[in-house]
Amino acid sequence: MTVTAADFQTSGPAKAGDERLTHVGRATRLLMRPELGALLGAIAVFVLFMSTDATSNHLWIHQTGLAAWTQQASVFGIMAVPVGMLMVGGEFDLSTGVLTGVTAIVMWFFMDKLHWNAWLAIVGTFAFAAVVGLVNGYVVVKTKLPSFIVTLATFFVLRGASVGGVLKLNAGSTQVSLTGSHYAGLATAKTIFGSSFLASKALPNGYQTADLWFVAVTIVGAWVLNRTTFGNWIFASGGDANAARNVGVPVARTKMMLFLATAMSAALVGIISFTQASSAVSEQGVGYEFFYIIAAVVGGCFLTGGYGSAIGAAIGACVIGMAFEGVIYAGWASAWDFTFLGVILFLAVGVNTLVYQRAMKARR
Amino acid sequence: MAQVPESPLLELRDVCKYFGSVNALQDISLQVNSGEVTCVLGDNGAGKSTLIKMLSGVHAPDAGELLIDGKPIRLPNPRAAQAQGIATVFQDLATVPLMSIWRNFFLGNEPTKGWGPVRRMDVGKAKSTMRSELAKIGIDVRDPNQTVGTLSGGERQAVAIARAVYFGARVLILDEPTSALGVRQSGIVLKYIVQARDMGKAVIFITHNPNHAFLVGDRFVLLKRGRMMGSYLRDETSVEALTEMMAGGAELQQLSDELSKLADAPEIAAMAEEAKELAQGAEGQ
Repeated sequence: MTVTAADFQTSGPAKAGDERLTHVGRATRLLMRPELGALLGAIAVFVLFMSTDATSNHLWIHQTGLAAWTQQASVFGIMAVPVGMLMVGGEFDLSTGVLTGVTAIVMWFFMDKLHWNAWLAIVGTFAFAAVVGLVNGYVVVKTKLPSFIVTLATFFVLRGASVGGVLKLNAGSTQVSLTGSHYAGLATAKTIFGSSFLASKALPNGYQTADLWFVAVTIVGAWVLNRTTFGNWIFASGGDANAARNVGVPVARTKMMLFLATAMSAALVGIISFTQASSAVSEQGVGYEFFYIIAAVVGGCFLTGGYGSAIGAAIGACVIGMAFEGVIYAGWASAWDFTFLGVILFLAVGVNTLVYQRAMKARR
Repeated sequence: MAQVPESPLLELRDVCKYFGSVNALQDISLQVNSGEVTCVLGDNGAGKSTLIKMLSGVHAPDAGELLIDGKPIRLPNPRAAQAQGIATVFQDLATVPLMSIWRNFFLGNEPTKGWGPVRRMDVGKAKSTMRSELAKIGIDVRDPNQTVGTLSGGERQAVAIARAVYFGARVLILDEPTSALGVRQSGIVLKYIVQARDMGKAVIFITHNPNHAFLVGDRFVLLKRGRMMGSYLRDETSVEALTEMMAGGAELQQLSDELSKLADAPEIAAMAEEAKELAQGAEGQ
């Protein structure tokens, strides 16, 4: 006398066209997307600076304005996308800002001191960043210390090394630069990483190639996060690492790869800035790590992990780019851009909290 | 109902597990057959969780043998257990609340299409498979993109069980699936257990509720303080006997006496009465 399934009086399988199926409208579905808040914010900021534009001929809405703020946004965005993905994976990286400067100095070292071809120097710079990223990841995964502390330590180590190293290598100067034109491969490397395109009479400097790198990084990031198996593992590692481990997700490896990605992106930014200017200064990039985190949060990435968007982080970087440039176009004292960013960050966290509450409640 | 094949699907022989000086499990022997529900009963600290962790590859036993289809086997990690067809639905369900149902369902086993750099999750297949698998156990998914955090406790159990069954579980281990649920939701989960058994799975149902165990169980294994108190077939025992063995008649009597001393409040008095009845019932067995 064993019971059978029929002994339990519960509702049977749903018939097709279930009456409980409420139609979720397109608008509601859109409201649930993590990048929506960022998009609305970006539009609001754009309109704000359009209306406060104090330049003659209203340059903000013309090419000049676009070229100016995308130039800012691209170098923030190349970092904000992987930093946002790392945050979705439940970790922080505070060493990203200083690493964009240190990698530029490392590239200078390879080219000027070791006389490497620029392309070999680029490979060496990426390899250097990979080591930093893997060390960050390995220490976080093995010690289980908060990544905030581990990467804060990395940040200070690199910051000191960037100042001390440059002073030692460069006879007391804090700036390093390439002088002359005898550097092999520099011209082609500059074309790919540090030049501009679509220059015209109205826009003599054109758009930066960094803008294209920004678009590429965003597309790859969004693809990986939303469409690949690895992306699923990122969400799971940040959402509930224990649950993820129990169903066989390699959480430690996932996190290591994310730290590797942020460090490699920092190398990309370092290479872009070095090929643009042929020079770098010690402590370059220090403090930028917060802009990347702000961009990611504005883009809908949760500080607590498990939720976010690569496209959102990219839009967040655009908001920061517009804030920095828009303040200039509006003719305000540029110091106010920090206040402006602070307010934006606060609003973004508020929006994220609302999204979180909606995501955790039954959706209607 | 219980058809005993020549060698049981899963067998433990004199298994021990120590944590430092603590004997978490001592000489546990257990047989699990397909098409049967084996209930592991025990109070808090009896060693139920340690037992599951050994079966699911989280801990390795310090002594004794684990056999699958009569062959000794080692399970160094959870993936090895999964490969042997042992699927565990942990008490915390191993679901990620902020992720959608379909992402949770395939987490760690994502279906892919394409190759090389365009290798990607087959989202359409994942969603339709998840929907049909959940329909099999009577759950209609309103929206596959719904986050698991918005599901009820019973629905979350359903997702976890359906996932385990879909990924080829021969042995389905359920860790206290009803402990956090209300009466109706518990009933639904017990129905899933029966359904999994009827599909020919070996179900190991861990619980501290003898009533739930007796509704669906074919075999009952009692644990107390890391030791086996006994192993019974359904015909050999009853709910009352199981309750008594779990709690111990003397302990229930003591509880009843203690509660009587506090019997000022009416609800305490009712509890004391209940404990007394249970103690008497247990003695009557």
